[in-house]
Amino acid sequence: MRLKKVASVLLMAAMSISLLAGCGSEGEQGSGSKENGGSESGVLKIGGIGPVTGSAAVYGEAVKNGAELAVKEINEAGGINGVPIEFNYQDDENDAEKAVNAYNTLKDWGMQMLLGTVTSGPCVAVAEVAQADNMYMLTPSGTAVECVTYDNAFRVCFSDPMQGIESAKYIGENNLATKVAAIYDSSDVYSTGIYNAFAEEAENQNFELVAAEAFTAESKSDFSVQLQKAKDAGAELVFLPFYYSEASLVLKQAAGMNYSPIFFGCDGMDGILAVEGFDANLANELIFLSPFTPTSDDEMIQKFVGDFESAYNGTPNQFAADAYDGIYAIKAAAEQAKITSDMSASDICEAMKTAMTAITIDGVTAKSLTWEASGEPSKEPMVVKIANGNYAVVE
Amino acid sequence: MSFISYLINGISLGSVYAIIALGYTMVYGIAKMLNFAHGDVIMIGAYIVMAAVTGAGLPPAVAILAAVVFCTALGIVIESVAYGPLLNAASSLAVLITAIGVSYLLQNIALLVFGANTISFPAVLSIPAIVLAGGELTITGEAVVTILSCIVIMTALTLFIRKSKAGQAMLAVSEDKGAAQLMGINVNGTIALTFAIGSALAAVAGVLLCSAYPTLTPYTGAMPGIKAFVAAVFGGIGSIPGALIGGILLGVIEIFGKAYISSQMADAIVFGVLIVILIVKPTGILGKNIQEKV
Repeated sequence: MRLKKVASVLLMAAMSISLLAGCGSEGEQGSGSKENGGSESGVLKIGGIGPVTGSAAVYGEAVKNGAELAVKEINEAGGINGVPIEFNYQDDENDAEKAVNAYNTLKDWGMQMLLGTVTSGPCVAVAEVAQADNMYMLTPSGTAVECVTYDNAFRVCFSDPMQGIESAKYIGENNLATKVAAIYDSSDVYSTGIYNAFAEEAENQNFELVAAEAFTAESKSDFSVQLQKAKDAGAELVFLPFYYSEASLVLKQAAGMNYSPIFFGCDGMDGILAVEGFDANLANELIFLSPFTPTSDDEMIQKFVGDFESAYNGTPNQFAADAYDGIYAIKAAAEQAKITSDMSASDICEAMKTAMTAITIDGVTAKSLTWEASGEPSKEPMVVKIANGNYAVVE
Repeated sequence: MSFISYLINGISLGSVYAIIALGYTMVYGIAKMLNFAHGDVIMIGAYIVMAAVTGAGLPPAVAILAAVVFCTALGIVIESVAYGPLLNAASSLAVLITAIGVSYLLQNIALLVFGANTISFPAVLSIPAIVLAGGELTITGEAVVTILSCIVIMTALTLFIRKSKAGQAMLAVSEDKGAAQLMGINVNGTIALTFAIGSALAAVAGVLLCSAYPTLTPYTGAMPGIKAFVAAVFGGIGSIPGALIGGILLGVIEIFGKAYISSQMADAIVFGVLIVILIVKPTGILGKNIQEKV
């Protein structure tokens, strides 16, 4: 017995050491500029944080590319108030601890504003330290309520409760089903946040929530029980408020047991068609909420999609779009607040807090996008359906 | 009807645990060490199959064979480079730490070579599902193959150990290393053979695991590896039938716990049962009583 105890303690120690080691090596990439603060460098230093490796890498990579595209365009057009932007993007592997380390790395680099972080869990952790530093932060895609608790934090995307409510409303108002089941990740703040709001709103809608099953990060490979329960309860629609990598397994296992309800997801579902080796037929008829679709006729979206495709060899998803709008929102607010490169991060934050609520921008994720002092954007979600291996907007 | 469906899913999940647990239990029984890198050999095996099928375009059978050969070689290399020099000289703790080190080494090598993105594992076992009771009950092809493979492997292994010379040598080494050496048994060779068989089984387990749950990341082997280790302890570590019973029980308890108690509490239930069993029978269900060895 003692050996086992020792073994478990050692295992823990080895795990934490490897986590730390991981951070160290990631932190070293990024921009070479090392001078302190932004004061004499003549550039505006914007930091970015998101996962470019790990299970949520698709999102972090998209945000990085979308933001860099916007930075490049702005710099070519003369920068913000005539000052060029320097953008430094750090990996957090979708891990709260690593995200805080990345934040500290960026602060050492002299970050004046933060675009990040990409995923909810790390974002909540970074929001705490950013609030203590009075650092302006704009998360392109952190959907948890707590991401923008403090007045220095804003977001481009929808909040989790809003996604849950909108999903329930859409299902109810379009009579997609009378019996609905939900499967959610009870160890994940994003998934639980959406589910809770969904379950609450479901009571006001004309469908019945017949099964609500959870899974955790430790058991996210076998969904047979959850699906069986949904099937037994006669659910015609299964709500999947979590990320695409687990969703791809759910779809596969449902097909394996000859269960084909309507599957309905949220913005985390975006990217499912990009999973290497995934059979796109399994995702046929899958519906999810998304603020952005690359197939839109809108001139601005077409230009963004074209530029993105030629720069990165791939179609942008909503995360890239959120990041692209995020950088332009920072530009608009910084111009409104007359930010200069010699201001400290805290002074910039104070000026940005009021400027954010005064701006209106036309972005690729929404027209006339505005912000409230609470940090929430005002925009309408779009409903996307997968058909024949492509994303298409449902009118 | 859903009860039968849960039962089959549980046995199928348990069969994967059982095959992984075999690797733990054999190595423990013979070398008296916990090979924590076993779960990661599974992951490597799955990546080899994936690369061979989607990268090199090999037929699945050849790909699985390639993975078995590669993992066998990998097992022998790990044993001779990392564990072998420590097995006789150092304390069991040093070997344990080395095993944890090898586990992280393999994960990070996979991270470097294959990247961190989730990959959908190719369908190498394309067997149609069995539909019974007018569509009420569906047994996936993967579940059938997993359960059958588990039975075949267990039988073959038991026969190998009982009937063959090398198997008898394994039994002798597990009883008493020193005496076995005096009787002319090549102890180091036997231990290497054990690692080779354990790693070959890991490759098969990798294929079965990733066919049943077709996503693959460098961390795919970690959690099933730990659960299979629990299964091995559950059944009585060192005992081959124990690994089978432990694995199947663990799978069935996990699925039933999810189905009838709470889907959030599945792991808490599994480990709760483990604690109860170990309190009642500290050596596991089929574990040997240590006193008998004297």
